[in-house]
Amino acid sequence: MPRLTIDDLKKIKEQHKATFAVREGGYRAKVTVHMGTCGIAAGARTIMTALMDEMAKADVKDVIVTTSGCAGLCSREPMATVEIAGGPPVKYVELNEKKIKEIFDEHILKGNVVEKYAMVVGSETTY
Amino acid sequence: MSEQQRVSLMVCAGTGCVSAGSLKIKEAIEDELKKRSLEKEIGIVLTGCNGLCAGGPVIAVYPDEIFYQKLRPEDIPHLVEEHFVKGRPVQKLMYKMPAKRKAIPVMSEIPFFKHQVLRALRNKGLIDPEKIEEYIARDGYMAAAKALTEMTPGEIIKVVKDSGIRGRGGAGFPTGLKWEFCAKVQSGTKFMLCNGDEGDPGAFMDRSIMEADPHAVIEGMIIGARAIGANMGYIYVRAEYPLAVKRLQMAIDAATEAGLLGKNILDSGFDFNLEIYLGAGAFVCGEETALMRSIEGKRGMPRPRPPFPAHKGLWEKPSVLNNVETLANISPIILHGAEWYRNLGTEKSPGTKVFALTGAVNNVGLVEVPMGIPLRTIINDIGGGIKGRGRKFKAVQMGGPSGGCIPESLIDIPVTYEDVVKTGAIMGSGGMVVMDNNNCMVGMAKFFLEFTAEESCGKCPPCRVGTKIMLDILTDISEGRGKEGDIETLEDLSHDIIATSLCGLGQTAPNPVLTTIRYFRDEYESHIKDRWCKAGICRELCSFHIIEELCKGCGACLRGCPSKAIVGEKKKPHRIIQDLCVRCRSCYDTCKFNSIKVLPAGFEGEPSELVETAAAAKSGKGAAE
Ligand SMILES: Cc1cc2nc3c(=O)[nH]c(=O)nc-3n(C[C@H](O)[C@H](O)[C@H](O)COP(=O)(O)O)c2cc1C
Ligand code: SF4
Ligand code: SF4
Ligand code: FES
Ligand code: FES
Repeated sequence: MPRLTIDDLKKIKEQHKATFAVREGGYRAKVTVHMGTCGIAAGARTIMTALMDEMAKADVKDVIVTTSGCAGLCSREPMATVEIAGGPPVKYVELNEKKIKEIFDEHILKGNVVEKYAMVVGSETTY
Repeated sequence: MSEQQRVSLMVCAGTGCVSAGSLKIKEAIEDELKKRSLEKEIGIVLTGCNGLCAGGPVIAVYPDEIFYQKLRPEDIPHLVEEHFVKGRPVQKLMYKMPAKRKAIPVMSEIPFFKHQVLRALRNKGLIDPEKIEEYIARDGYMAAAKALTEMTPGEIIKVVKDSGIRGRGGAGFPTGLKWEFCAKVQSGTKFMLCNGDEGDPGAFMDRSIMEADPHAVIEGMIIGARAIGANMGYIYVRAEYPLAVKRLQMAIDAATEAGLLGKNILDSGFDFNLEIYLGAGAFVCGEETALMRSIEGKRGMPRPRPPFPAHKGLWEKPSVLNNVETLANISPIILHGAEWYRNLGTEKSPGTKVFALTGAVNNVGLVEVPMGIPLRTIINDIGGGIKGRGRKFKAVQMGGPSGGCIPESLIDIPVTYEDVVKTGAIMGSGGMVVMDNNNCMVGMAKFFLEFTAEESCGKCPPCRVGTKIMLDILTDISEGRGKEGDIETLEDLSHDIIATSLCGLGQTAPNPVLTTIRYFRDEYESHIKDRWCKAGICRELCSFHIIEELCKGCGACLRGCPSKAIVGEKKKPHRIIQDLCVRCRSCYDTCKFNSIKVLPAGFEGEPSELVETAAAAKSGKGAAE
């Protein structure tokens, strides 16, 4: 590592924000991809991968992604729940790569619920 | 573009967990993640001690805040599949509440974690101690930057003084004052020193900090060095702490490479070099003047003060020595200010304190709590109460061999320097050994005195000879040779040793004896007069008896007796043949029905005479009380 300046210290801190948002719980948004057996069969893995790609591309640091088991609505998988801190959780159903990208841009980044894909707003919290 | 990870797995690589196999767990997890192509999404970090070593190997999962314990490599495939693929945390591997046996998953709901406030341990289990970037990411070196570029030494000292922080190494001397004394002395050469000797048997606070967050110690030292005007520093660590030494050395190297140690730190014009000195491990070397002699390559023996180290310390140059935990608290004080520091704790004992909780409690481990917290909360909530059916809290030994015991009647005292000293114990460095009704207080005092008598450097006759005489008396008492007047002799000797010893070792060595006499005098008396160690620990002073009326004849005691001293038929009351009994206690600890009682040595009467006492025993109180 080269000699650091105070600005470098700040930069390093900034770069690691995402990792520590995950560990410290100081995140702004949380996405839960439902990965029960049916979810995985329906393609939840692709959704997860697409989402992780988008996150890396946009270089967001304050969003965390978790998985959870079957959401109990196997017929409408793949599903994901998006929660913006302070807001109610929104469940999206019958997702594909294109839809999750749109949800990422609109809901996660800009905070606008994508109503056309949303099934329900304000279900049980997941943590 | 940085890789994004959705989960951080913090695998504990503290000394406790590594010896329980945490590195194998890490490998197993890595293999499983690779198999499922999850290695990019899920990050694994090796951390320092989490403080729940008894549950090792432990891992914490973020953001879920789930805490797994006692993992075995064969658990891993299932765990990865369920939790990291499907998002279903695995109940049976989670931390469990001792009494309820119900898994409580979320860390902030585990009482062990819930009551803690982490300052000195702020990065415990959260960063990889071998990566300087992770320390920096958590505000690391920002306090040094502030102190070096925005503050004068006088301003640094003022904040530290105002914060009221007191040295965590034992004596509780105000750190700001200590720095001020040294800053005022004119000298071209000064030294900033760190005491990582941690000689108190059973304590491991400082080791954990050095292992889990070595940069926190280094940063504290940089700030202290700047305040007093020192350009050279040493961290004195005992050689028995190889992992701490390794992590500190890596941290020093990384900080030096990054220009955070060495010449012209952060372009402030301030130079500070840091080296590790490996201590030989004698207890007395933790004493400040002895420690300095030891770094000079001489035999570690205390010398009289004054002159104080602030004037004549290492190599006769002005020096400041601070404890590891004290130093780990400095950065947050500089960053957040004195007021912030004072928002926890009490007026005279602000902030938090780290304790090593050991002994008869369910959760043995490392805890950091606000000063002023009731002792009861530490033992019952964080410690999870006394371990084992029918056992009761008896006393807690605080401050190690220099400290004393605090009995049950005082368990509601707030834990502060002042309140602990009033009991006759000391805060010390933070060792807390919990004892239950199966601990013999004479034996406890003897244990600590054996330690100090052994560790006395021999310079002062009262310390060297006095502790030996006291130890002989205690040995006599515990082996049935106690005489009338022994208690008074112990008290007299204690006061002489305290008054005439040069260093803290001698001055505090009698504390365990004095406090046990103060609170458990009757126990000394029954050893001496009745030849009765009611806890059943001193073999020459007890006998074990089965109370017929209570015995269910289950035979458990009989099966476990190593000398076949127990006779009896199934479902009928059993009996101990006293001539054969070697007083190993095994039956006493085995009997589920509390039917076995401890009576004086050579007790000959009818055990049924004791039915009354035994009935009391049923309600949870042993005949021992
Ligand atoms: C016999 C003896 C052993 C000591 N051992 C330690 C020790 O292991 N670690 C420690 O920090 N302080 C120890 N001390 C206290 C030190 O002398 C010194 O007061 C302390 O390191 C100062 O740091 P502080 O002001 O930050 O507490 C010991 C003192 C005595 C008398
Ligand atoms: S009090 Fe004991 S340990 Fe301390 S200097 Fe004297 S002899 Fe040595
Ligand atoms: S104390 Fe030990 S030797 Fe004596 S009866 Fe019990 S188990 Fe047997
Ligand atoms: S070493 Fe892992 S919890 Fe202490
Ligand atoms: S064996 Fe007799 S009650 Fe335990």
